[in-house]
Amino acid sequence: MNAVKIDKHTKVILLIELIFPIVLLILGIYNGLIQTLYRSGVIKDSSFLGIEYYQGLTLHGVINAIVLTTFFAVAFGNVIMVFHLKKQLNKFTNTLSVILMVVGVLMAALAMLSGKASVLYTFYAPLMAHPTFYLGLALAVVGSWVAFFGWIPLYLSWRKENPDKKTPLAVWGNLANFTIWFFASISVAVEILFFLLPWSLGWIDGINVELTRTLFWLFGHPLVYFWLLPAYIMYYTILPGEAGGKLYSDKAGRIVFALFIILSIPIGTHHQFMEPAIEQGYKLFHSFLTYGVAIPSLLTAFTIAASLEYAARQRGSKGILSWMANLPWFSEKKFLFAYGIVGLLIFIRGGASGLVNASYSLNATVHNTGWIPGHFHLTVGGPVFLAILGMTIYIYAKVAGKEIKFPSLNVMVPYMWFVGLMIFSTGLKIGGLEFGEPRRTNMGMSYLDNGGANFEALWLFTTLTTVMGGIIMTISAVMYFIVFFGTVFSPKVNEGVIELPVTEAYHDEKDLGIFKNYTPWVITALVIIAVSYYGPITNAIENNVKASPTYLPGSPTPHQVNMNNTETIDLEEE
Amino acid sequence: MDKSEKIALFLGVIMLSLFFFAVLISSKVLGQDVPECITPDQIFTEGEVVEIEPGSLYQIKYLSKMWAFEPMEVEIPAGSDVDIYLASADVVHGFYLRGTNINMMAVPGALNKKSMHFSEPGVYPIYCHEYCGTGHQFMKGKIIVTP
Repeated sequence: MNAVKIDKHTKVILLIELIFPIVLLILGIYNGLIQTLYRSGVIKDSSFLGIEYYQGLTLHGVINAIVLTTFFAVAFGNVIMVFHLKKQLNKFTNTLSVILMVVGVLMAALAMLSGKASVLYTFYAPLMAHPTFYLGLALAVVGSWVAFFGWIPLYLSWRKENPDKKTPLAVWGNLANFTIWFFASISVAVEILFFLLPWSLGWIDGINVELTRTLFWLFGHPLVYFWLLPAYIMYYTILPGEAGGKLYSDKAGRIVFALFIILSIPIGTHHQFMEPAIEQGYKLFHSFLTYGVAIPSLLTAFTIAASLEYAARQRGSKGILSWMANLPWFSEKKFLFAYGIVGLLIFIRGGASGLVNASYSLNATVHNTGWIPGHFHLTVGGPVFLAILGMTIYIYAKVAGKEIKFPSLNVMVPYMWFVGLMIFSTGLKIGGLEFGEPRRTNMGMSYLDNGGANFEALWLFTTLTTVMGGIIMTISAVMYFIVFFGTVFSPKVNEGVIELPVTEAYHDEKDLGIFKNYTPWVITALVIIAVSYYGPITNAIENNVKASPTYLPGSPTPHQVNMNNTETIDLEEE
Repeated sequence: MDKSEKIALFLGVIMLSLFFFAVLISSKVLGQDVPECITPDQIFTEGEVVEIEPGSLYQIKYLSKMWAFEPMEVEIPAGSDVDIYLASADVVHGFYLRGTNINMMAVPGALNKKSMHFSEPGVYPIYCHEYCGTGHQFMKGKIIVTP
């Protein structure tokens, strides 16, 4: 397939969507490294270089898991729609979306950097952040919706013009992903607009905390698939081609994305197994459905492995396992292969640990311990992160018309990340499962302050392991920044284009109309969501006896927001 | 889908079914379940230890608040059965009894409960493992099980 020329307008927007999050990522990665230093007692203070521990943790989570992922999903989605449908983006929605996302993120960043939103990215009501934090994040989410709304007419008109063609797999996956995102984020929009925002502005006195948590996780788990599916699109539609082979089964890819539409939303209560108010039966049902959503990932593991084996056999590999060596592991030109395959290898550990978390009562052994960040750094911090980094530099170089600088450094980034992440996550996982280290805790001030009254020698080895891993991961990120910004500041050598590598299908099955149309999948999803969430939501409403007032992280006394101005007054001081 | 693909899918489903079966046995037969759901009319505002049958059956009502558990230290004899109730006076807190399956969230407005039989004497530290404000890292307690 040929590259698509782009107009100046689209080019500017794509460049913003690609560069802006990578610039912020510098702050996100920095705060990640510093976390490991606090947790191991290397830093024994409440703050370091002007950033407080929980403020830094909020920055790390919001930038890495929300800003980077959302911007990339939109940028990648834009590129997929233009390249595979050969259509130009709608200028109005495209512009509006990027403005909303950038303004929203800047508002949230301002709130976080000024220390008025140290509530972590899961919001943590009844701890209260400044209203601009909630409003900013809401605007960023709406911005990503607007981009999606702009793609729908493009797809419908393409369908009309090409009634006999199969929907390109990347387009099928991309629209599936944003369908999930749209329906999932309705609940967080309700949480913000009807609960958190009016409460933080003082318009309502109290909120039902368990209900806001249930609404959050109704959004919060599909959120992780919104991170993951762009990586899956890369694995299905780019990786086999880069390896010199074909996608083993085109239909498997379509089934996988469709299964995610129906199963990724109705399972969020598995984040709330250890919470009160929700009945055991509903939790068990969510655990069961979570097992169901493991199926598309198991299918993906098979399909991609089969695709890569096919690629190696095409080059003449004969052995049962030796074909694995015959893949472009260190190819500078096909560097996307390295970013993809390393992510997939990491995901084996990430997926397995995810099943542990999802296993209902087994969750009691790991809930809120270091095991949990150990797990999700092997998912969002592994396959997702590497797919984003690899695709970002690839798309950037094409759009800006640049040659990638330091290509040998570039191809080493995923391997370096792999080494660091394996060490880092092992420290967190053992620390959590074996020794009960709490997550999200400034342990340097208490449990890892040797000589202090609270010192726990038991946690020293595992937390220092995470420091070692964290340092190697940071070196990998710095290598990437050198490659990325080296490329950004290099002269333009080609005409800017939109281009993606393509992968043909080995088994190219006939399309059964159900993989053209989203409506049946969405209706099925809504039915399952209604069934699985009716119970937890009514439970959360009925088993609550208190409307919670607002608290700021620094004080055990409730704060009352003055109705007439934005200043807060402390009841105790009056 | 060809044959090898169907086999892979079948094996995957079998594996997941076995896992889920194991989860059902451990929770419903062996009694390692998730916290109980209680419909409270009202929630206690002070923590306390209630001795129901001296030496064998206790209720501990834990009130978690920024940044301490009330009661902070509890002593019970080995061999006791203990019902642990957990409430929050202010924000969301965590409650993790290290080395056990007692792992709960304290959510304001709701009441949480888990039960445990303490057979081994020793000191069981409790940590708040949910972010609850600037003093979170100091929030802990302990249960001392005497021989």
